[in-house]
Amino acid sequence: MREFTTHEYDVLVIGAGGAGLRAAIEASGSGVTCGLICKSLLGKAHTVMAEGGMAAALGNVDDRDSWSTHFADTMRGGQYLNNWRMAELHAKESPDRVNELEAWGAVMDRTKDGKILQRNFGGHKYPRLAHVGDRTGLEMIRTLQDHGIHQGIKVHMEVTVVELLMEGGRVVGAFAYEREHGRFIVFKAKAVVMATGGIGRAFKITSNSWEYTGDGQALAYEAGADLIDMEFIQFHPTGMVWPPSVRGILVTEGVRGEGGILTNSEGRRFMFDDIPDAYTSSTSDNEEEGWRYVTGDKSARRPPELLTRDHVARCIVREVKEGRGSPHGGVFLDIAWIKEHIKDAEGHIKKKLPSMYHQFKELAGLDITKEPMEIGPTTHYVMGGIRVDAETQMSTVPGLFAAGECAAGLHGANRLGGNSLSDLVVFGKRAGEYATKYAKENSAGQINNDQVNKIANWAEAPFDRGDKAENPFTIQSDLQVMMQDKVGIVREENELNEALGELEKYKARAEHASADVNRDYNPGWHTALDLKNLLTVSEATARSALLRKESRGAHTRLDHPDKDEQEAKLNNVVRKGPDGAMQIERVPIPPIREDLAQIIEENK
Amino acid sequence: MPQVTFKVWRGNKDGGQFTDYQTDVTEGMVVLDAVHQIQAESAPDLACRWNCKAGKCGSCSAEVNGMPRLMCMTRMEDLPTDQPVTIEPMQAFPLIRDLVCDVSWNFEIKTKIKKFKPRKPDAEDGTWRMVQDDVDRVQEFRKCIECFLCQNVCHVLRDHHKHETFIGPRFIAYTAALEMHPLDTEDRLADLKDDNGLGYCNITKCCTKVCPEHITLTDNAIIPLKERVVDEYYDPIKKLFRMFKPKK
Ligand SMILES: Cc1cc2nc3c(=O)[nH]c(=O)nc-3n(C[C@H](O)[C@H](O)[C@H](O)COP(=O)(O)OP(=O)(O)OC[C@H]3O[C@@H](n4cnc5c(N)ncnc54)[C@H](O)[C@@H]3O)c2cc1C
Ligand code: SF4
Ligand code: SF4
Ligand code: FES
Repeated sequence: MREFTTHEYDVLVIGAGGAGLRAAIEASGSGVTCGLICKSLLGKAHTVMAEGGMAAALGNVDDRDSWSTHFADTMRGGQYLNNWRMAELHAKESPDRVNELEAWGAVMDRTKDGKILQRNFGGHKYPRLAHVGDRTGLEMIRTLQDHGIHQGIKVHMEVTVVELLMEGGRVVGAFAYEREHGRFIVFKAKAVVMATGGIGRAFKITSNSWEYTGDGQALAYEAGADLIDMEFIQFHPTGMVWPPSVRGILVTEGVRGEGGILTNSEGRRFMFDDIPDAYTSSTSDNEEEGWRYVTGDKSARRPPELLTRDHVARCIVREVKEGRGSPHGGVFLDIAWIKEHIKDAEGHIKKKLPSMYHQFKELAGLDITKEPMEIGPTTHYVMGGIRVDAETQMSTVPGLFAAGECAAGLHGANRLGGNSLSDLVVFGKRAGEYATKYAKENSAGQINNDQVNKIANWAEAPFDRGDKAENPFTIQSDLQVMMQDKVGIVREENELNEALGELEKYKARAEHASADVNRDYNPGWHTALDLKNLLTVSEATARSALLRKESRGAHTRLDHPDKDEQEAKLNNVVRKGPDGAMQIERVPIPPIREDLAQIIEENK
Repeated sequence: MPQVTFKVWRGNKDGGQFTDYQTDVTEGMVVLDAVHQIQAESAPDLACRWNCKAGKCGSCSAEVNGMPRLMCMTRMEDLPTDQPVTIEPMQAFPLIRDLVCDVSWNFEIKTKIKKFKPRKPDAEDGTWRMVQDDVDRVQEFRKCIECFLCQNVCHVLRDHHKHETFIGPRFIAYTAALEMHPLDTEDRLADLKDDNGLGYCNITKCCTKVCPEHITLTDNAIIPLKERVVDEYYDPIKKLFRMFKPKK
């Protein structure tokens, strides 16, 4: 075998966002050795960008809140496709995880009596999101990072994993390259935790960074793991639409939580026009009541701008399609209007939404305290991902665990805002805990030299494409356009079939994606290698979307606009077949526990 | 669509040169967009860091026309485009390649600063109480995105290379955030004075000027800490007291 630098750990965590850091803290605190790998520098993962807050039923602002309401909200938001056990654990454990962050140094906004303040967010019945202004993710990642560096975790920054190493059916390590010089590294591990985040780079308009190429999902898939719910991709209703270069950058839901309203070109608050049945009793039907709600009146019902993200995104698409959009193809989001109600509205907005204020001021030359923003849907989050056991977070592959956005189950067909940050720490901890247990109970496996040599050759191939070489950036950007068009917010059978046909062509093109000069910090090379993962997750999404012949949550089918009772009982599961082709299976959702069913009923 | 010339630093630790690239500049574009366009059109191996494209992650630090900036927050409209725009890496750290430098020193420094040590919880359920004013005060420093632009311009590091003995403005502010944390009980003043080189700072305020998060590093972090060190260590009465007083 060729010689590669080798590192050996009991537990190897891939990904240093909230989920990966929390898992690594748990593992390193439990007496095992732990390595942590990330593609960027430490502290730059997606988690740092999260804005609005972290959902946990602390009951600090409204003491009627409880884990059972949080559970019921999460299930309703996910349209009951959720893994109900995960939703239960998440609702029960998130308050402890939030308080734990405080014990590690996080500083969050306060209530008048000095407790952690909570804000309103779409789909949450009570004010539930612990937050710091609109940069909660920064507070979370920095707290975990600064706590973690004193725990003996060995961090490998700017290292990208390209394949999981297997012994029989079990994961025993990972193969990676470091960005600085492109050298290959073999990691040996008794247990591996995937915490690599999402797949947003598969689409043209996205709030996601270069990192989100679906690596974790694709690597797990190649290792034999099941992926579940891959048709469910959240298009966040409010991304920037102008100027073109910032299209897709997120505008936090916190703007609506603080009273921001959506209007069309006629100045109409169009969200009042279509309130889904499941939410009529909890949604206000007039502006005055909506305003009372955001200012904390407990007897008021929420404004329709705070309906779930899937619904708000669809309403925006409808307005634009029917010719009532804003000049640049979005609609208006107005927070400045609160000056009708509040004396120092300008100061209030700057205090509550400081980074939104700066983002628009500096990138769009617009003052949100004075003018409405133009916004439209942007690819934001993948509900689907690696299928895991609710208690342990182990995937269907022994030794492989997953947590955070790359894992699936908690959010079902649609994620509620704020439920991701809490997901990261609840299930990050669990993944770390059970990976540690697994590592203690199992000995180190054997690395397969053939596998290592093969993958090393594959990774070097872009430097040797001959005359058919193609620019990887062009392939990636063409793919994003195709996915946005055919597998985007609204889907239909023809287009999904076309997409699958196109994806075959892209697979062929990816074989020619080339790199030149050398392997030192070479983004062209990195992009060429990432294509394979992007294509795997794109295909999983398209196939799952084709199979689900109904509209539910984030999945909207023009040719099947309604919900379907039969479909409601099934999750789509994707795995790699023995012939190497992608297989898809429909698995029934396990019947919900009686007491949980009751909670859902009571909260209807 | 005007074509603009960019002079981009290409090279590694052994040396390099500015290379000219032309690319179209459209409405609202930022410098990072131009770099990405150049990558896609003509230099796929051009090394640069980025993540959020919205000034939130602190990855894309560089020097644009000689000014230390986040490339994703530098609008082309604010630069003169009739002359070439120069883009080069930060200067206070070793170069890896092109616009990417080795900032690992910053991560090592942080591990040497004593970690957060909270007082006992205030409530039975293990939680604490704080007032919003204290939160706001410490948040000024906690909002740092670790772009290291302040480190890059501080002459103590950039010109005098005191990386061994001076932690730089970012980590003085980090220490300040811990010291001002309403729950913290640790004492880091002695370290600041002896090992972290607080004395090297001569308050030129260059760091404050470049901070994209508008953190007033000098006035709100460095000067108050310097004053506390003076109070603690150079005030004769305090000095005497310290011999008897337990740590806070
Ligand atoms: C702009 C924005 C705002 C958001 N706001 C909120 C909010 O207010 N509330 C909320 O709950 N959620 C929010 N979300 C969603 C939430 O931030 C993310 O879902 C969450 O942070 C994901 O965390 P993670 O730990 O799973 O992954 P990430 O934080 O994305 O970390 C992934 C890690 O995996 C690493 N990685 C990936 N691939 C590889 C590989 N091949 N090899 C090695 N390492 C790899 C990356 O380098 C990174 O370190 C927001 C998301 C965005 C984009
Ligand atoms: S004020 Fe001090 S820390 Fe800041 S740049 Fe000047 S010398 Fe450096
Ligand atoms: S203090 Fe400001 S300039 Fe320095 S690293 Fe933090 S954000 Fe960057
Ligand atoms: S890319 Fe995140 S700060 Fe510029």
